[in-house]
Amino acid sequence: MTNALPLIWPAMAAAFLASLVEAVEALTVVLAVATVRGWRPAGSGALAGLAILAVIVVALGPILDRVPLHLLQLVIGILLLLFGMRWLRKAILRSAGVIPLHDETLTFANETAELREQARRNEARLDWLAGLTSFKAVLLEGLEVVFIVIALSAGRGTLVSASAGAVLACLLVVGVGFIVHRPLARVPENTLKFAVGIMLSAFGVFWTGEGLGVPWPGEDLAIIGFAGLFLVVSAAAVAVARRPRAEVLS
Amino acid sequence: MNMLAQALRELVGMFVDDGALALAIVTAVISAAMVAALVPQAPLVAGGVLVLGCLGALLLSVIKAGRR
Repeated sequence: MTNALPLIWPAMAAAFLASLVEAVEALTVVLAVATVRGWRPAGSGALAGLAILAVIVVALGPILDRVPLHLLQLVIGILLLLFGMRWLRKAILRSAGVIPLHDETLTFANETAELREQARRNEARLDWLAGLTSFKAVLLEGLEVVFIVIALSAGRGTLVSASAGAVLACLLVVGVGFIVHRPLARVPENTLKFAVGIMLSAFGVFWTGEGLGVPWPGEDLAIIGFAGLFLVVSAAAVAVARRPRAEVLS
Repeated sequence: MNMLAQALRELVGMFVDDGALALAIVTAVISAAMVAALVPQAPLVAGGVLVLGCLGALLLSVIKAGRR
């Protein structure tokens, strides 16, 4: 096993940026719930989601410790490739104007309208439904954060730095969200997704190769090279797929 | 049951959005694994197959989506 030092900052940065995106998405839904039904169901749902996430993390730790390192790296590497390249593909298509950019304000409006419609249909169960919406948003976005943190630190001793990046991002988003009390629509989400997609894909290639027994030149530093390759190919892909703004699919 | 199925769908959706891209990535990994097994004296060849396979899969997937 090689020294984890070169991986600490990339792992922390990737976890921070990815968690920033996920936390912004979760915050939008929690804020929509709070706007329609108040902070009680929104907060209870969010806290329940966080509690389930904590149980998952506590349960997963000892299980992952028992998996042989090469197998763990291979499985995590493949999952990272699937996850990271999915993000990267979407970010490329958004940058090229093939699909529209993600709009937090629109998501907030849709969630609010849906909750109001539910209120019209069934007032009695609304607090429960509102709490469930908040719970689901925190759990689903949080699961992605947990996966990213675990994947970035698979067998490399970077769990603390990746976790610190994720926690910092979540605290930042929650703090700003509480202050401005509206969706963080000005966060450059696609740029973040583009950067994170590149980093996660680079980590994915690295772990998968390690799992297959490939001795990468430069060891951990090879990740930076892979990130550079993904950046060049992604920029080329944006240029190839670029569409005039008027043609963007709605 | 409905909620469980929905949760499972969301979980799979975390990793698979475009089925063709996911299949191409898995194919690149399997190809690299086969090369690693068949040419154990040159493991970097398997690494090359993995890197080029993933980059190619991404480029082709974007080009295909751009033409739709």
